[in-house]
Amino acid sequence: MEILLAILVGLLYASGIYMILRRSLVKLIIGIILLGNGANLLIFLLGRITKGLPPIIPENSKVFLEAYADPVPQALILTAIVISFGLQSFAIILVKRAHKVVRTDDLDEMNATDEDS
Amino acid sequence: MMQQLIIYPLLFQLFLSIVLMFFWNKINAQKVISIAGSIIAVILSSYVFYYVWENGTQKVNAGNWDAPFGIVFVADTLAVTLVLLTALSGLAVSIFSAGSVIKDRLRFGYFPIFHFLLLGLTGAFLTGDLFNLYVWFEIIIISSFVLITIGGEKAQLEGAVKYFTLNILASTIFLTAIAVLYGLTGSLNMADLAGKVAAVENRGLVEVAAILFLIGFGTKASIFPLYFWLPASYHTPPAAVSAIFGGLLTKVGVYALIRVFTLIFVGDVFLGEILMVLAILTIFSGGVGALVQNNVRKVFSYLIICHIGYMIAGLGMFTEIAITGVIFYLIHDIMVKTNLFMVSGIIFKIKSSNSMRALGGFYANYPKLSLLIFIPLFSLVGIPPLSGFWPKISLIGEGFATENYWTVAAIIFASFITLVIIAKLWAEVFWKDAKEIPEKPKFEYFSDISKARKTQFILPIVFLSLISLYIGFGAEHIQLLSSRIANELMNSQQYIDTVLNNS
Repeated sequence: MEILLAILVGLLYASGIYMILRRSLVKLIIGIILLGNGANLLIFLLGRITKGLPPIIPENSKVFLEAYADPVPQALILTAIVISFGLQSFAIILVKRAHKVVRTDDLDEMNATDEDS
Repeated sequence: MMQQLIIYPLLFQLFLSIVLMFFWNKINAQKVISIAGSIIAVILSSYVFYYVWENGTQKVNAGNWDAPFGIVFVADTLAVTLVLLTALSGLAVSIFSAGSVIKDRLRFGYFPIFHFLLLGLTGAFLTGDLFNLYVWFEIIIISSFVLITIGGEKAQLEGAVKYFTLNILASTIFLTAIAVLYGLTGSLNMADLAGKVAAVENRGLVEVAAILFLIGFGTKASIFPLYFWLPASYHTPPAAVSAIFGGLLTKVGVYALIRVFTLIFVGDVFLGEILMVLAILTIFSGGVGALVQNNVRKVFSYLIICHIGYMIAGLGMFTEIAITGVIFYLIHDIMVKTNLFMVSGIIFKIKSSNSMRALGGFYANYPKLSLLIFIPLFSLVGIPPLSGFWPKISLIGEGFATENYWTVAAIIFASFITLVIIAKLWAEVFWKDAKEIPEKPKFEYFSDISKARKTQFILPIVFLSLISLYIGFGAEHIQLLSSRIANELMNSQQYIDTVLNNS
């Protein structure tokens, strides 16, 4: 399971970076989304995967008796998902506006900021 | 109970932005609330600063969860100093925005978002938890995305695409670093991590995490190979927005670097050397970049990069005196860079251009204003006794003491090149004979606006110039403050004990 997830995380990072390096604006957003998902899975993976052991203390004891699934990474991922969702929706609107104003979706043609003025 | 005090500046900014949202269409009410609120924020932050100065590092456990399990807010001297500086530049930019930002932008929630940005900055300085720091960074960048795009001009949108992409990339790398560090230690509290990272056996992976932090924060602080988004975007939004970005956004990256590399990854020789090399390259590329630019705001953008190099160099040397220089420079730089972008705004308002070739004749036409602008410009160069001079003594002296001659050379080179650039700017914009610039038909010139709005342009520049003068002439006080901060940073055990003590 771990090894599969590790490969998947690597794949998501690699394809995310690759997509960001493309010239198209839409692919840029896809790249950002893939990268974000890769990071979330990485947190999940590095928080140690524990199967079927929820972090609940049994009624008749005061402390955990055995290893339990760490709830913190899941909280972190949830936060990160919400944040990246907000950012991605902003990105999509930004790209739509930029396309409307600049009339291109090629990053190499967006040179107005480098002009000498 | 008094401990709760330290999160008041943070809560107040949140409160302010929520109140402002209720006045969405009433722009004049927003201006009044924003300026009045910023004044209260300055008073609050000053009080918090005074309290921490008198009573030492304070902390608050959010939701009463004991550290290291819950989120903590820690106010050491560095944090409260930066909170105070944020409030001061916030006040200046708030007044400047009221005068300079056009109605079309204000109507789309400029002021609420502006205060959300200040909220994010205050939170980032006060938090003692790595993941919480990530969340504050996200609040900062989301607000800054809105501020940079509000208005939707062509150049703005293009600048925003570049700014957006690299900042998100930096955040993702920062998140990756947190994941690696959490996997290694199982903790997110910075004070707790300080002990746990030192005990980790897998040094290779610790190094990887450190480098990931360096890349993530380095992109935000715009250090050498990662700065290209900055000159491509900082000159596109209104001057008020550039002012708050130039003054504080890169500095929050520097703050995070200082915090992480003095608390968590301490005394790593390899990292110190990387920081030094990057600092030298940052100084050179920023300085040379500024030299060839023609747009006043682009010149200032490159100078931001150049001067970030000073702070990274001091961090790389990692001695108490070097860190003192870094902190002093940080304090000086926040005030001066905010001021300079407002100056560029006033120049644009007068002449409807920011091109050095086209401008001219300011000294003949506006002698008093020119003398006012002289203060931030030459504080930046560091002509003694103005504020930029003092931190360089610590940095250069310590460069010699630790035998980092390349760094010394780079700092002297950068000071010289800054002088050349500012002299060139002074000659082109202020001394050269005025040239005819074709009038823009719909542009509202400085001479046309009411006296009250002129005051809103000038007052913040006067305000920040006075603070810069104080930093220069009262250097003794700032030096005392910086050396106390440096001492706290170098002896982090006290910070760790304060955070982890739950009694």
